[in-house]
Amino acid sequence: MSLDFLLEIGSEEIPDWMIVSALNNLQDMFQTLLDQQGIGGLVTSVDATPRRLVLRASGLKQRQEDSEELLLGPPKSAGPGAAVGFAKKMGVKPEALGTQTTAKGEYLSFRKLTAGRDTKTILAGSLRELILKIHFPKTMYWNGKGSERFIRPIRWIVALLGDAIVPFEIAGVHSSNHTAGHRILGSKSIVVTIENFEEHLLKNYVILSANARRDKITRELEGLQIHPDAGLLETLVYLTEYPTALRGDFDQQFLSLPQEILITVMRHHQKYFSTRGADGSLMPGFVAVMNTDGDPNGLVKQGNERVLRARFNDARFFYDVDQKKPLAERLDDLAKVTFQAKVGSYLEKTHRIVALTGNSQAAARAALLCKTDLTTDMVKEFTDLQGIIGGLYAKAQGEPEAVWRAIYDHYKPLSMEGEIPATDEGKLLSVADKWDTLVSCFNVGLIPSGSKDPFALRRAAQGVVRILVEGKLAFPLKTENEQLREFMRDRTEYYFREVRGFKYDEVRACMAVGWDDLQDLESRLQRVQAVRSTPDFEPLAASFKRIKNILTQANVTAGGALDDALLEEGPERELHQENQRHQGSAIEDRIASLRPKVDLFFDKVLVNAKDEAVRRNRLKLLHNLLTEFSTIADFSEIVTEKQN
Amino acid sequence: MSAQTFQQMVFQLKTYWSDRGCVIQEPYDLEVGAGTMAPETFLRVLGPKPYRVAYVQPSRRPADGRYGENPNRLYKHQQLQVILKPSPADVIDQYLGSLGAIGIDLRQHDIKLEEDNWEAPTLGAWGVGWQVMLDGLEITQFTYFQQCGGIDLELVPAEITYGLERLAAFLQVKDSIYDIEWAPGVSYRDVRLAEEQQFSKYNFELADVEMLWLLFNAHEKECQALLKRKDAILPAYEQALKCSNLFNLLDSRGAISVTERVGVIARVRKLAVGAAQLWNEREAA
Repeated sequence: MSLDFLLEIGSEEIPDWMIVSALNNLQDMFQTLLDQQGIGGLVTSVDATPRRLVLRASGLKQRQEDSEELLLGPPKSAGPGAAVGFAKKMGVKPEALGTQTTAKGEYLSFRKLTAGRDTKTILAGSLRELILKIHFPKTMYWNGKGSERFIRPIRWIVALLGDAIVPFEIAGVHSSNHTAGHRILGSKSIVVTIENFEEHLLKNYVILSANARRDKITRELEGLQIHPDAGLLETLVYLTEYPTALRGDFDQQFLSLPQEILITVMRHHQKYFSTRGADGSLMPGFVAVMNTDGDPNGLVKQGNERVLRARFNDARFFYDVDQKKPLAERLDDLAKVTFQAKVGSYLEKTHRIVALTGNSQAAARAALLCKTDLTTDMVKEFTDLQGIIGGLYAKAQGEPEAVWRAIYDHYKPLSMEGEIPATDEGKLLSVADKWDTLVSCFNVGLIPSGSKDPFALRRAAQGVVRILVEGKLAFPLKTENEQLREFMRDRTEYYFREVRGFKYDEVRACMAVGWDDLQDLESRLQRVQAVRSTPDFEPLAASFKRIKNILTQANVTAGGALDDALLEEGPERELHQENQRHQGSAIEDRIASLRPKVDLFFDKVLVNAKDEAVRRNRLKLLHNLLTEFSTIADFSEIVTEKQN
Repeated sequence: MSAQTFQQMVFQLKTYWSDRGCVIQEPYDLEVGAGTMAPETFLRVLGPKPYRVAYVQPSRRPADGRYGENPNRLYKHQQLQVILKPSPADVIDQYLGSLGAIGIDLRQHDIKLEEDNWEAPTLGAWGVGWQVMLDGLEITQFTYFQQCGGIDLELVPAEITYGLERLAAFLQVKDSIYDIEWAPGVSYRDVRLAEEQQFSKYNFELADVEMLWLLFNAHEKECQALLKRKDAILPAYEQALKCSNLFNLLDSRGAISVTERVGVIARVRKLAVGAAQLWNEREAA
């Protein structure tokens, strides 16, 4: 008879964003345990709320199979003393030993029977360790120094195999068949079986399935004109055990504040959905998701509305106070704002960015003002809005559009997928700012390593690459810092490979002939990608690899004019003529006619001619050919099918 | 919901925690930025001895002052600080019970515990926990201390810090802190507005920077001297607190440059950590 299994780890509130990966981790480890112990069974589901991680499995065996193992001892010829020793080691009398004939002769042997262990015993012995191994980004202890660590204190554990409790203990909590309901609406102690577990939880206002919670929220949001926000929805799914949507309103007058501020307050500070009219404009309403079943007396609505009002009033207050001192007058205050302790202040950074913006007056003006919003009350309160606030204030203070838009956009792109600045000045300012961050951090040794990148330098570099390529901006990435150059090379490779989907060897080949101009690199990559699918390309690339090897071995580093008289009639001369005929035309047009000539050359001509002059001339020919063809990529870097 | 006064609410919370074995302390009589910095928390959480304490701590944050003009911001606010060392298994239920004790029927409200870890680099202290959200309002900071003064704690205390003004504004349904009824017929404005106005002016405009530096250096020196002994840990820690407050004042006066800042924080930290270590040794002995 096979058995079902239920494990519930009851915890104090687990941070919402850690839950899914913890569940996956739990599932993997438990399935591995079943497999390794040979007790059968499959994990059928994992579920979680903020207060519980739940795993269910079915098809577990009652016990492991008995196993039999044949153990070889000393050779029979070793005599009775050895037999006694072996028997003692096996814990039996010498009479119990048998013999086994092997290729090397006759050996003493013992057939060792191991009784299969009870599944319950195995689980009881393994679960504690398994649970404590679940990976969380930051753990704590709660039961005294040196005690167990978990994401938050474990308060109960349900562990059932069929009808039986699997007994074990973590930090003083013993596994049982008692679960707990919703903190406020449910019972604190509920006896459950595997069969009625989920149903009992629901009766106690815990919707165990994240999908069911998501569906409930989504259903209740219908018709409320909310601005869809999948990330916020997931947060709320894992912040609640019994989610219920609640619609609230705010005073129309707040719509005169910048929308960015209103949305940030609602989204990031209050975890509300904002609402939009049919034309997409912000409406004076919001939707909160409660962790309870309703708001019969309107108190929750009233409370949330009051909080939002206070937050909006704050924002209005910040806005008004900030306007008393225009951005242009805040420049000197930046001397007191640290950019990075080893690098210096934002004032110094500002001067460097201004210098990097070149001849664009608008960009230089934007650069001068772009960090001044760090001294405003609004940005101190809503740090996520840095840049955006600066842009909005600059607009309100009469700066031209080219200037305020550049400031508004200069932190973009915020992610790999995020949009890049819209205007030329914005692109230039964004790159200048990020490039300065990279240069100044690398120069004082703040270099990302492994997963450590506290100053988000990878993101900065990625932003630079994206803007230069996708924004078609010309900006020289000049640096004498070799590590930074290597870092930028890595990021460029990464971008074209992972973001743009070029093949690894294509990127290598094109970057090998230069990557100072990223737009040029992009167009060369596109050409190589296009030409790669033609039938003659890869064989030709293989030949180039061969040519490169030959030249390396022969230590040839320069081409030059050939001595026509030394060219052998036939394949060699034909190759030379072919090369000359098309000199200067695009390689795409030359591949088809060149390939047979190259093939024929290698087929018929011996490069290592006995006559030294002929040989040198021949190597020069090959060098010229290689150089001619290496303007867009080093084709010898292309991995051809044969090599695979 | 009962529309009780600010002071009634405080009485009820104190009674509630007194009934659960807490020493009801009075506020620490020095300027501090948070209830955590009072020795009743900062030093008592160290060592192997259980302790339970609750106290109101007026907490000064000079840079947060708004001249009494902002309805939600204060230079000095009141915290109710509760330390349960070690934290009992039902600590969250006990906390929720305290909300019931001041008249909040949780079945009528939405309560959530949202991740919020706490760290105070100047104290070498950190912990993990939540902000407690009541109908979207953060009313309490709940922290399981893990380290203090750079020392792993023997017993993990739960620290419960109530923001009393917010809680009172919630209970009394007020949009401005200044409209809270402190005592019957007496508003928060009556009690505290002048203080907010005058100290905002002092903190931002009047405080004599040269004098503040002079005091900072003097208190630091005194602290260092006391830290060389083992029988004056509390006085030494007081000197560290003085330095911490002077640092905050210098900061709000805009008197600390970028290059100085990290260094000054490190100086305060060294004093606080020094006192914590001595206290820890004393407790362990």
